Amino acid sequence: MDPTILIGSITLFVLSIFLGFELITKVPATLHTPLMSGANAISGISIVGALLGANVAYDGGDTVVSGILAFIAVVLAMINVVGGFAVTNRMLNMIAGKKRGDK
Amino acid sequence: MMIDDQWIGIGYLFSAALFIFGLKRLSHPRTAPRGNQLGAMGMLVAVLTTVLQMELGNGIEGWILIGGGLLLGGLIGWIMAVRVEMTGMPEMVALFNGFGGAASALVALSESWKYIEDDTLELPTGLELEVMIVAAGLSALVGWMTLTGSLLAMFKLKGGVEIFGKWIRTPTWGPSWLNPVKALLFFSTLGLIYMLIQEPTNTDYLFAIIGISCILGILLVLPIGGADMPVVVSLLNSLSGIAAAFTGFIISNSVLIVAGSLVGASGLILTFIMCKAMNRELIDVLFKAFGGSDREQVTRTKVGSDADEVAMMVDGAQKIIIVPGYGMAVSQCQHQVKEFADLVSEKFDTEVKYAIHPVAGRMPGHMNVLLAEANVPYEKLIEMDEINPEMPEADIALIIGANDTCNPAARTKEGPLAGMPIIDADMARTVVIIKRSLSVGYAGVDNDLFYMDKTMMLFGDGKKMMNELNAAVKEL
Repeated sequence: MDPTILIGSITLFVLSIFLGFELITKVPATLHTPLMSGANAISGISIVGALLGANVAYDGGDTVVSGILAFIAVVLAMINVVGGFAVTNRMLNMIAGKKRGDK
Repeated sequence: MMIDDQWIGIGYLFSAALFIFGLKRLSHPRTAPRGNQLGAMGMLVAVLTTVLQMELGNGIEGWILIGGGLLLGGLIGWIMAVRVEMTGMPEMVALFNGFGGAASALVALSESWKYIEDDTLELPTGLELEVMIVAAGLSALVGWMTLTGSLLAMFKLKGGVEIFGKWIRTPTWGPSWLNPVKALLFFSTLGLIYMLIQEPTNTDYLFAIIGISCILGILLVLPIGGADMPVVVSLLNSLSGIAAAFTGFIISNSVLIVAGSLVGASGLILTFIMCKAMNRELIDVLFKAFGGSDREQVTRTKVGSDADEVAMMVDGAQKIIIVPGYGMAVSQCQHQVKEFADLVSEKFDTEVKYAIHPVAGRMPGHMNVLLAEANVPYEKLIEMDEINPEMPEADIALIIGANDTCNPAARTKEGPLAGMPIIDADMARTVVIIKRSLSVGYAGVDNDLFYMDKTMMLFGDGKKMMNELNAAVKEL
């Protein structure tokens, strides 16, 4: 591996962590649960790795177990992603519904 | 189907930007729904970019594998999200989180397993090998830990698990010698990762890492009482992000690294915010066993009142503060509560406010979501610190299924509740409590509030009692 790629990855990692720390400062209690749930859905990004893994393992031909593992990963990550965003949306709709009721 | 490499990078960059805007907007009430949509769009962009770059040379079967997995997972996730009750929301988040962690760990395992089952694949060497093994090992450690920890957290939130029709309460157990054991397991995993670099295809090491990580997840959550579970779920959420970031290192994928570490860092901040709301230190939550283990036996009794009596008290009250808790969530009586508030403010011109404890229910914001569903105006929901000074002016504090969050025992220096901020419901002139029984709350501590002379207990299910109360008020 070219060390510059590794350094690039580490740079991304460190800067994203700093960004994550700064991104959220004050959160009203109402939003603690939706925010946790939404962030949780985003952590389902491992779907990308699972898809690539499933594809590569499949192309490799001789790597059945890897393929199966990656397939399970696709399913689990997809549950996390779709379920996570849908649940967050449901929670937020209730809060937003109340806002409309105000007027 | 191949698209150029640079477009892949741009697609991932676009997706990462959407995640950043999404998270930012999710932390403000007005923009939160949009933030969630932006996050979902970011995910869609990331998945599309990934699928489009794939070269499914093997024709239709490759598509079945990929498309089938996407469809199956999406369908299961959707059905679970749509069918879950609002009361079950915290458990659902914990479960989804466990799945996310497991997915990251499985990708790492799949990458390592490739070289074990196919001899013709050449192992990378030097730096590349070291990076791959370290990243895969850390991803496995964090990922499997997140899975078992989240599953246990889910059962703790439920309070127990039904096995063959028998209800078994989730145990809370954590002697102080468990902490060194956890540290030992953690460092032995790091040692195993180092050994794996020397012998990358040794499956014993692999399975040992998986096994120890699973045990570590359970040991981490086992000593923590149910009342602290929201903090734990939030921390596990942060961990599953970190696992995704490590997985990104294995396959040198920018969007995994960025999105994973974003969630890891912001999840950690959210964990601290929650801890602060509960007046607890994260270290204490994690390493000092708390609550739930020794439940006090209730020996005292209290005569219950009925709805008509309470209705008479309500007539003439100028200010009523409603204190909702988990009981309101369980009985789904938020609409009846709203009806009661409307009724008394119309009929007796009574001022009604809601006192929201930061951890009322099983998750921060639980009460806000439920009351919002019943169209309670946002400005009526007052946070603990602001409502407590008003308590002595209140004629009635109406407590609906809350216990620990208004237990005066928290003001003492002893017991599981010590130091937790509470709603000062005992300062109100009259306290009305709707509760099924005198039994102890989640922390397992008896509540002096129930036995005070000015307290009236309405024993029964929240919805039933609120309906009776509303009927009684109407008749006056």
